[in-house]
Amino acid sequence: MTSNVEWPLFEVFVRPRAGLEHKHVGSVHAADARMAIEHARDVYTRRQEGVSIWVVPSAQIVASDPEEADALFDPAQDKVYRHPTFYAIPDEVKNL
Amino acid sequence: MYTQGLDSLGKDCLGDSAAESAALEARFQAKIDAEEKIEPKDWMPEAYRRTLIRQISQHAHSEVIGMLPEGNWITRAPTLRRKAVLIAKVQDEGGHGMYLYSAAETLGISRDQMMQQLLSGAAKYSSIFNYPTLTWADVGAIGWLVDGAAIMNQIPLCRCSYGPYARAMVRICREESFHQRQGFEIMLTLARGTPEQKRMAQDALDRWWWPALMMFGPPDAQSKHTAQSMRWKIKRFTNDELRQKFVDVTVPQAEYLGLKIPDPELRWDEETQHYRFGPIDWGEFERVLAGHGPCNRERLEARRRAWEEGAWVREAAIAHAGKRGQRGVQAA
Ligand SMILES: [Fe+2]
Ligand SMILES: [Fe+2]
Repeated sequence: MTSNVEWPLFEVFVRPRAGLEHKHVGSVHAADARMAIEHARDVYTRRQEGVSIWVVPSAQIVASDPEEADALFDPAQDKVYRHPTFYAIPDEVKNL
Repeated sequence: MYTQGLDSLGKDCLGDSAAESAALEARFQAKIDAEEKIEPKDWMPEAYRRTLIRQISQHAHSEVIGMLPEGNWITRAPTLRRKAVLIAKVQDEGGHGMYLYSAAETLGISRDQMMQQLLSGAAKYSSIFNYPTLTWADVGAIGWLVDGAAIMNQIPLCRCSYGPYARAMVRICREESFHQRQGFEIMLTLARGTPEQKRMAQDALDRWWWPALMMFGPPDAQSKHTAQSMRWKIKRFTNDELRQKFVDVTVPQAEYLGLKIPDPELRWDEETQHYRFGPIDWGEFERVLAGHGPCNRERLEARRRAWEEGAWVREAAIAHAGKRGQRGVQAA
């Protein structure tokens, strides 16, 4: 079989319509970014699922480590007072 | 479309966890029991990873090989409308393959590795695509029965414990419904047509019915890894349960078409509220899966040819991208 270099992997993000964020939908292989956008269009928007596409080389994504999730997110764990339901307000008081 | 209880074909699916810490394993199972999803970078038992790589890649191969029997009729579709629909359907199947390869890659196997496994014959794909499409009615029968069976198989996979696979399946299931309906519409048109057209529809049903039932995989009694896959929530129903559901919904559809299901033992069972059906020829299933179906060789040859004849395009595109990248660096 012919030797060849695998096309790099790109992560694909699609904005479903104006007013919404781009959302991760999957990945495609392509020789370059331009081709990645065209492949992403064919693979992920055959039914008008998007009005805008971002592609990012997968190797460029830096992610947090799930093993360290507890430590990473620990600062938020004991701060229930950040939520409105923490405060007891009598029922009679309206519009609060 | 198309898993086939193929997850149950490998020998190495189970138990190498001796080295893994029991605590990790217990935490993993607890997450699954709580219906939490497993995501790519989460810890998972090696056997879970291998089972998923095998199942997802075989599912992807089935989508890609599945383009061939229907692609055979694109140039001969009877009207422009049918042709546009068939192209869209076949293109969807290619897309399904891409979603699934993408999901499998999150488990640490590369696209090229999977492609090599397919081309070398090491990886399986659904046995149904090793049958030929002899007439236009076969395109109808495939959409109605093969995509119908695929939908039955795939809906529970939308709740699979592995996040990327589940998300790919949600996308796929959304697209499958049109596949089945366009197939049924072809069958309906033929069934209401001339006597010769009706005969074509019946002939297609006769040839596709049993292979469609085989798509659900071997009977539960012989399906060795079903229990483990169900514990891991990769699988939600057994092969026989899904097969029964398929028969129950499909028989009335055949009656509506005025076609006869080729099974003399088929009958409604008042007591169980299910259709009872005759024995499946598992010998045929094994033969086709082992490579001796009517079209196995042709299918793999078509894929190998596409891979080899496309090599210069892949190489030229990457060389071009490399050169352009360098020019960009020099200009900066
Ligand atoms: Fe499909
Ligand atoms: Fe389909």
